[in-house]
Amino acid sequence: MVATQSNQPLSSEPHTNRIGLTQADYKGAVSTLCDGCGHDAVTSQIIKAFYELGIEPHRVTKLSGIGCSSKTPAYFLGRAHGFNSVHGRMPSVATGVSMANQQLLQVGISGDGDTASIGLGQFCHIVRRNVPMIYIVENNGVYGLTKGQFSATADLGSKLKTGVVNDLPPIDLCGLAIELNCSFVARSFAGDPKQLVSLLKASASHKGTSVLDVISPCVTFNNHEGSTKSYKYAKDHEIPLHELSYVPFYEQITVDYEPGTVQDVEMHDGSHIMLKKLGLDYDPSNRINALMTLQKAHAEGQFLTGLLYIDESKPDFTTLMNLVDEPLAHLPEGVVRPPKAVLDEIMNSLM
Amino acid sequence: MKTLAQDSAQKVDKGRVINDFSIQVATVNGSGSQSSNSVLMRSIFQMGIPVSGKNLFPSNIAGLPTWFTIRINKDGWVARAEQVDILVAINPQTAHDDVKSLTAGAVCISPIDLKLDAVRSDITHYQVPFSELAAEATDQVKLRKLLTNMIYVGVIAELLGIDQNEIETSIRRQFEGKGKAIDLNLVAASKGQQWAKANLKKDDCFYVERMNKTSGKIIIDGNEAAALGCLFAGATVVCWYPITPSSSLCETLIEYLKKYRIDKKTGKATFAVVQAEDELAAIGMALGAGWAGARSFTSTSGPGISLMAEFTGYGYFTEIPTVIFDVQRVGPSTGLPTRTSQADLLSTYCLSHGDTKHIILLPGTVEECYSLAVQAFDLAERFQTPVFVLSDLDLGMNHWMADRLPYPDKPIDRGKVLTAQDLERLGKFERYHDVDGDGICYRTTPGTNHPLAAYFTRGSGHNEKAQYSERPEDYENLMKRLDRKYQTARKYVPKPELDIDRQARVGIIAYGSSHCAILESRSQLRNAKLPVSYLRIKALPFTEELRQFVERLDRIYVVEQNRDAQLRDLIRLELPEHAMKLQSICHFSGLPISARFVTDAILGEEG
Repeated sequence: MVATQSNQPLSSEPHTNRIGLTQADYKGAVSTLCDGCGHDAVTSQIIKAFYELGIEPHRVTKLSGIGCSSKTPAYFLGRAHGFNSVHGRMPSVATGVSMANQQLLQVGISGDGDTASIGLGQFCHIVRRNVPMIYIVENNGVYGLTKGQFSATADLGSKLKTGVVNDLPPIDLCGLAIELNCSFVARSFAGDPKQLVSLLKASASHKGTSVLDVISPCVTFNNHEGSTKSYKYAKDHEIPLHELSYVPFYEQITVDYEPGTVQDVEMHDGSHIMLKKLGLDYDPSNRINALMTLQKAHAEGQFLTGLLYIDESKPDFTTLMNLVDEPLAHLPEGVVRPPKAVLDEIMNSLM
Repeated sequence: MKTLAQDSAQKVDKGRVINDFSIQVATVNGSGSQSSNSVLMRSIFQMGIPVSGKNLFPSNIAGLPTWFTIRINKDGWVARAEQVDILVAINPQTAHDDVKSLTAGAVCISPIDLKLDAVRSDITHYQVPFSELAAEATDQVKLRKLLTNMIYVGVIAELLGIDQNEIETSIRRQFEGKGKAIDLNLVAASKGQQWAKANLKKDDCFYVERMNKTSGKIIIDGNEAAALGCLFAGATVVCWYPITPSSSLCETLIEYLKKYRIDKKTGKATFAVVQAEDELAAIGMALGAGWAGARSFTSTSGPGISLMAEFTGYGYFTEIPTVIFDVQRVGPSTGLPTRTSQADLLSTYCLSHGDTKHIILLPGTVEECYSLAVQAFDLAERFQTPVFVLSDLDLGMNHWMADRLPYPDKPIDRGKVLTAQDLERLGKFERYHDVDGDGICYRTTPGTNHPLAAYFTRGSGHNEKAQYSERPEDYENLMKRLDRKYQTARKYVPKPELDIDRQARVGIIAYGSSHCAILESRSQLRNAKLPVSYLRIKALPFTEELRQFVERLDRIYVVEQNRDAQLRDLIRLELPEHAMKLQSICHFSGLPISARFVTDAILGEEG
């Protein structure tokens, strides 16, 4: 199973990346999640993506809310500052961090409980503001840490282990994000590491909020017959929209494709996402089509994965703030405290 | 009533009351009277006479009654005066009640068509044809209502003897840059003045006379003063959500930031402001920014404080600096959103679940809204914790005469932050290790380029290395150290202001906006041959001065503007051996406390 990957030796990987670090430098503490948890598989791909991209760990901040998924930032990038915040409020913390230091690359890990219920408001507003960050929802349709209650992303008619049937429609976080003009929206599956790692790398190149809704099965409470968030269900029903590959800005595009079979999306930093067409002719730059495709997939019970929507032109939050280049956190007193003459001028105006 | 009459008797000098009375203007919310009232207040201020202005307004945009009271006092007393001497009764909705509430001998200026002389005959009436005068001032019907406000300013100026040049200066200042408005208002004020001169016979005893008690002073409200504190504290990240009565703090700051904190060469901002989606997010953003090393803050009022409880506990437990302004209004719940209160003290002191104690600063003047705002940022970063500044609607939104605000005399204190060079030199870093024994640990900020720099901030139990821990001794050690840090804060927070009367056996303890009423009350008590000592608390945790003050006196009245004697109870917890010495005087009507209320309460006990 995929979930044991993080514990396997990675002997086939190159010894060091382009900044001279080993993959071990991108690891964190040992996971305390259940054996086989989808979240551990996502963690492994985060480690792989950041290692392969050669991102300096100290430039990264890891943030989360509360829940099983929110524990995972402790399990990767031990050399990056981490912030395990309160339930559903990770987006506001990330927004504050982005203002204080726009040079940091922020990775937020949340779950379906943390984002789709208590944190839905903050999720909407971080997307609306386009705060630069990778926002990963490890979506398993249940509350794991409180022992298996339905979450708001559970599909209509899906069954709990106890036999309880969900009679409320799910909140589709990708559909909601697109509706809110999110500039990067993808859905993936913890059991599809190849696609996931490409999407993670692409989201690291994106300047804005990248929402990655990753179906990440809960082996303890939601991996049974009747669940629509189980490994088996997802494997059987996954329909990739395209075959994804990511070419970082520091590498040449070497693969040749037949004309018309691949859509090349150039990212902010000069990297490329190559989307090889499969059965569906899907254009992720068409917002209305993206929404329609998702609606149709819901109606037909399909589990579509891939890059659902991308808009590289939408200005991000910190760019709109028109901040000085030096992070606000580091500005010296001489810059942030106006001189006495300014106070005198203000006082004169109040006399 | 007996005491009010006593106050009145002291004011009269050979049949004239000079520079010691109050004017109340009763109008309709949204009718534009605020500008006129500012002009009136400022004109008197410019004549060197101490003034204060209090706006009693409804939670409403337009249509409900509003009252603006200007107190003119030659001795500089600026607390709310209970007695109205001159009423301007423009609002027909309330005119009858307003007139009925006057004491005999008061003055009422009103539109002639309201026929208020039929309601009371024991007061002096000046009935003015406002509509006619407004029609003469402009042919634009829309503007007539607005101009009525400036006409009453002209009438009052003529009756009281306010210098016409000062009215003109104030109008030019009020409408700066709006030439048309200046012209129209000058005409309106002049219409009122000319009409009063030609038609009214002075039949009251109230006069203003030029003094020199306001030179070098400014007029400011506490929110603007606090905003200036944030500006000069070097705040860089502002996260707020609009709520009365705190909104103007951030709104004023934004104007100043745009003017003074844009890099001249690049045109780029040295600040970030975000209007959050709610208070839950505002405090989250402030903590995120504080964690990442910026000087951040948020500003709110009671309902916002309640919403911020969870994150505040997080900030306390994980030790993240930020500043939270609470411009208090009347609670609980929505309460009276446009009235003043000091009832958030206790809930803010231990805001959040679990054992929490916060550093709280308590400005008692607009000058302190500024200076304690500056200090709050230093304390937050020194102690790596959320620091509260509790002001209130009376301080925050009313107009106060003040000394010019002084430039900060200390450099900014960023607290114990380790750089990559520090880490290299030390060779070791544990986020929650109390290296110095003062309870304050060293921190790093994200982005610090050193393999030792990173740590994991978590609201769950953690050990000195910031690792997850449920071990009983780790939790106990952490909580004890947080308490040690709080004890250290006693030496850093602003000390109380003390005024000891050597003869006094009785004392007053107060804080915040009650200060002006206490000053005046002590003068009244002195006249009643009751000397009292005074200690004004400026911060929590308490400092040693409190104990010394309480020990030396027989009885202490703790005066505050809430129902439950919140400060008195906190002092009792601090000094249980003196609990019975501490009595309580509580004012909680939503109106600012008056000196007379305090004096009467103390004389009732001591007399």
